[in-house]
Amino acid sequence: MTEPAPTTSDAAVAFDGVTRNFAEVRALDNVSLAISRGEFMTLLGPSGCGKTTLLRLAAGFLAPDSGSVAINGKCVNDVPTYKREIGMMFQNYALFPHMSVADNIAYGLKTRRVPRHEIRKRVAEALVLVKLTGMDERKPRQLSGGQQQRVALARALVINPTVLLLDEPFSALDKNLRASMQIELRDIQRKLELTTIFVTHDQSEALSLSDRMAVMSEGKIRQLGAPLEIYRKPRDRFVASFVGDTNCLRGELIGIASGEAVIALGETQIKVGGERLAGALPSAKVDLFVRPERLRIGAPGASGTMAGRIAGLTYHGGHVDLQIACRACRDGLLLVRAAGDNAITDWPPGSDVGISMDAEGCVAFPAA
Amino acid sequence: MAPRSTYQRLLAFAGLVVVALILAFLILPAAVVTIAAFNDKAILSFPPQAWSWRWFERALAYPDFRTGFQNGLIVTAWSSSIALIVGSMFAFVIDRYQFVFKKWIEGVLMSPLVIPHFTVGLGFLILAAQIGWSRGFAVVVICHIVLVLPFVLRSVYVSLRNLDSSYEQAAASLGATPLRVLLTITVPLLLPGLVGGWLFAAILSFNEFTASLFVTSQRTQTLPVAMYNYVREFADPSMAALSVMYVAGTAVLIAFANRFLGLGKVLNIEQSH
Repeated sequence: MTEPAPTTSDAAVAFDGVTRNFAEVRALDNVSLAISRGEFMTLLGPSGCGKTTLLRLAAGFLAPDSGSVAINGKCVNDVPTYKREIGMMFQNYALFPHMSVADNIAYGLKTRRVPRHEIRKRVAEALVLVKLTGMDERKPRQLSGGQQQRVALARALVINPTVLLLDEPFSALDKNLRASMQIELRDIQRKLELTTIFVTHDQSEALSLSDRMAVMSEGKIRQLGAPLEIYRKPRDRFVASFVGDTNCLRGELIGIASGEAVIALGETQIKVGGERLAGALPSAKVDLFVRPERLRIGAPGASGTMAGRIAGLTYHGGHVDLQIACRACRDGLLLVRAAGDNAITDWPPGSDVGISMDAEGCVAFPAA
Repeated sequence: MAPRSTYQRLLAFAGLVVVALILAFLILPAAVVTIAAFNDKAILSFPPQAWSWRWFERALAYPDFRTGFQNGLIVTAWSSSIALIVGSMFAFVIDRYQFVFKKWIEGVLMSPLVIPHFTVGLGFLILAAQIGWSRGFAVVVICHIVLVLPFVLRSVYVSLRNLDSSYEQAAASLGATPLRVLLTITVPLLLPGLVGGWLFAAILSFNEFTASLFVTSQRTQTLPVAMYNYVREFADPSMAALSVMYVAGTAVLIAFANRFLGLGKVLNIEQSH
């Protein structure tokens, strides 16, 4: 998890100070990112954050206005897509509709002038890898969404690319299929030790698949790190609220001592890490971000708790999401995630509760 | 559901009548001509008193019609094929590239839509006379290319617009050179649009009369021109018989295109995938 970030020269893919504009819009603003060999890197962000532009720069569909893109240490700014040795999977799979499954997979081998008997062998192997044996002669339109995706993956993998580029490949699949395809993709990627850049706007997908992830917004990388680090220690308010569910509580800084900030939340106080509050003065307003699963509810009035009243709940099978009216919460409703389903009977809507939190799950920022 | 009021029922009935009338008017001319074609008498009258196939025989045997048909095929084949190649190239350039005179070039290419056919025909006639060009097939073919080019251009352009660029990008990512992408991905995926454009151009060219009247000579006259010359001298139902064959031929062609390409695709109503 804490292996050193690769330097530009030994990275599989490296973006160095890349800027790209579309007309008046700055899609990428001086972005640098190095992806090591075999790494699964996710570019996560809302639409328009520049993640797809970055992927297309790696693919060579776009050229940077300034900065450079390097693959295996070589600058590829002037190398056209067809010479880049990449494998790419598109959102709509982009399977050639006029070719059979086998011809789709063989396409990249034919362009490389691989001998015909070897093409046959490798296509067969690829079909085994993605569990589609016997589908060779089907046309893409005769396949289900999941099968089409496997063909697209096989087509991208069969050429042994230097880097695999994935553009929101799961967005068209239903939830169950998506989960199993994600596991399959991850297994294949690990087995082949294939450098992968994965673009998504789905934060749970990013958390579950990535070795490292880059959270992007407005053409910049807001935070780069392992999923656990990003989830636990978001660098700014955007990352905190974009990755995972979170609550924003209004508080007031009492003081910072040896890296620990003491924050007043209504009647209670809490000690949290103060690294994001550098320079804040006592009595400054702060926003405290707390994950819903880090909040606990108990009897009202207990010391060290905030007062709240259950406003409603949503049952999710494995856990229950409680909406709690609470004055300290910025938007008035606090989200608390309770494991199991005891909360349904223990805390019916309308009950008064006391809410406590553990400092581990909190991050404080100066108030916006 | 609540029972419908008399008013609503009346309205629904009136709607049906209007639709039926419109459909009837659409097929009325063809129906009248078809019936007139079977008239035994040597006049174009309606409705006929006695029935006969003899005007079909005469139309098929009449030498001017035979040569006109052959000339028409020659002109159509050349003009729509050349228009397809030229139009596709322009469509490709206009769709894929940004350049200074783009709007201007588009306007010029589409201009035959607003310039009357007789103007185009007269223009080519004067031009051919000016440079001392004999009135052979070349001038007819060139004239037809100009006339059908906007339609081909439009058809290919719409197909190109509808073509998802990710297919070409996928091919490039798999190592295909731009030429290979064009030949193995772009052209096959555009095929319905290309065939549709060609067919459309061919039908237009084969039926074109006004401009053809100016640029054809006795030797190169196409079928519509031959029909015009015939009707100036005779007024028997062989014209009607020929019309019926015309309609039937076109219908067979369209049915064929629909069977193998899907008319929706040819006319670019549906996406091609």
